Amino acid sequence: MEKNYPNNNEVGARLDIHHRRNQILSLLAIGVGFVLLYFAQKYLSSYQVRILNNCGLFITLAVSYNLINGVTGQFSLEPNAFVAIGAYTSALLTLTPAEKALSFIIEPIIWPLSVIQTPFLVSLLAAGVVTAICGFCMGFAVFRVRGDYLAIVTLGFGEVVRVIANNTQTITNGPLGLKGLENYTTVWWTWGLAIITIFYVSRLVRSSYGMAMKAVKYDEAAAEAVGINAFRHKMLAFTSSAFFEGIGGGLLAHLITTISPTLFTFFLTFNLLIIIVVGGLGSTTGAIIAAILVTWGGEFLRFVEEPINIFFIHIPAIPGMRMVIFSLLLVLMMIFARHGIMGTREFNWNWVVDKVNGLKILSRNRG
Amino acid sequence: MDLAQFSQQLINGISLGSLYGIIAIGYTMVYGILRLINFAHGDVMMMGCFFAYYGILMFSLPWQFSFIIAIALTAILGIIIDRGAYRPVRKAPRISALITAIGVSFLLENAGIVVFGGRQKAFFRPEMFDHIITFHGVRFLNLAIYVPIITLTLLGIILLIIYRTKVGRAMRCISHDMETTRLMGVDVNRVIAITFAMGSAAAAAGGILWAMKYPQINPLMGIIPGLKAFVAAVLGGIGNVGGAMIGGLILGLAEILLVAFRPDLSGYRDAIAFGILIIILLFRPTGLFGEKLPE
Repeated sequence: MEKNYPNNNEVGARLDIHHRRNQILSLLAIGVGFVLLYFAQKYLSSYQVRILNNCGLFITLAVSYNLINGVTGQFSLEPNAFVAIGAYTSALLTLTPAEKALSFIIEPIIWPLSVIQTPFLVSLLAAGVVTAICGFCMGFAVFRVRGDYLAIVTLGFGEVVRVIANNTQTITNGPLGLKGLENYTTVWWTWGLAIITIFYVSRLVRSSYGMAMKAVKYDEAAAEAVGINAFRHKMLAFTSSAFFEGIGGGLLAHLITTISPTLFTFFLTFNLLIIIVVGGLGSTTGAIIAAILVTWGGEFLRFVEEPINIFFIHIPAIPGMRMVIFSLLLVLMMIFARHGIMGTREFNWNWVVDKVNGLKILSRNRG
Repeated sequence: MDLAQFSQQLINGISLGSLYGIIAIGYTMVYGILRLINFAHGDVMMMGCFFAYYGILMFSLPWQFSFIIAIALTAILGIIIDRGAYRPVRKAPRISALITAIGVSFLLENAGIVVFGGRQKAFFRPEMFDHIITFHGVRFLNLAIYVPIITLTLLGIILLIIYRTKVGRAMRCISHDMETTRLMGVDVNRVIAITFAMGSAAAAAGGILWAMKYPQINPLMGIIPGLKAFVAAVLGGIGNVGGAMIGGLILGLAEILLVAFRPDLSGYRDAIAFGILIIILLFRPTGLFGEKLPE
């Protein structure tokens, strides 16, 4: 069986003499990004802003999912569970007691939840913490197994969370779901969270913890042999990923303003899986690029589901065609381009600066 | 609950369980040989149902022919999936194969929605299986008796093929050591294709019985039975064909009896399978009859 050994830019943190310059460049890039966002949300149509929100949200979800699947190499299928837990936690905290009383028509909501109401930010943090705790507890069970068993057990947890959400009428309002959430989520929230997630994950990946996680991915037995506690690092990755996915779930709930258990099926996980596979399992940069490409591409592909008239040929509307294309894309990626866009490489300012300098020298020589 | 009701639930449980079992056989055979969870297996079952449905509806075949043709077509579909999607990633890391399988599963479901439409379709239940039997106050459809008989017959045929034919011996060899088997001059790819064909045919038979039992079909119908059948396969010890059937029976009985004894928990029915799965993997990852450890 083929083993993927780490490439040079992954082994060890390279001695980076341009550390300070790169930090400033990153801050500048973020600043420029936010200025662009300001104009975007001011001048773009609400549909385009919606896509922008989705991009930010999916960056958060994909980057944190990639931490466990790509970086630590533990192939798991649970993000829909985490997003669901986060979404419900945050939604239950921002709804006013009056709205809750109105929503829960079959059975009234249980006591502490019926009176609590918190600001949006608090509800998001609570969503993150609750999801992280759930992830932490889940981790003890799921990391007893490896490989494809891990995939199926985590998939099972996703289903169990959905079934619980469907049946605990007094907490989640069952299949009716929660309606009438305030539309708090703006581009500032989605992209702000995306930046925080990217910052945290890339710092974590470059730290000694991240090195250990990669070691676990490439060869767990060897990693254990050099004294890395594989279980602990898996738990760290899993819990971190749960935290950010929980907050992402909270943002998602307040973006679409209505949540119900049908929203959190395996379908959501499948979308994230496509994103991290297209980006390259293990690359944060790849996850970001692919999150934007897939979200935007999904909107772009809407035309395939609409009726088409080419001269006298009439093709009726085909609902579901986009998913056929995406699933075919996933299979073809696996067969022909397993490493995705970025493989395990990351974006690096040194590379950009080298390129720019190269261009400068080139133009000077010409001139 | 009196005896009549209990035996009625027992019959329901056995017939549901043997359906899980027959679907689980396909999982367990493929896993035994390739160490691959064929995520698309439930959807292959769904395709079998639709082949049978269109055979009756569009070509107005008698149901016996339609069912046999559907099973044959599904076997061919299994071979095509193996050839087109799984063989190219056979040398790749196992996770790539698993992702491919997830992709194939979604491809079948969504292609099903595009081609067949997403709405529920009523499935044909032949006259022969449509009698209500009343026996000492226990009322049930005679299909509930046919289902275990048919599935046990199929299990017998599959076991015969695995243990009494040359192809079956090759399958068992490959599951021990694929490379050595290849060196012995066995056409490994052909044997794997036959395994997929057998598993898919069993899934189609299970699916058609399923569709007659709950006479509705739709492109997403394969997901839940597929997942539960996988749990049954793990419960019986993955790689063990007889174990898969027993695992299926246990799972079916557990589900039906839980709903019978605690109707208030019936909403959690779909969660039982995963509860069982998590417990087995934590305490006895080899399942009831498995010998090898996973990985």
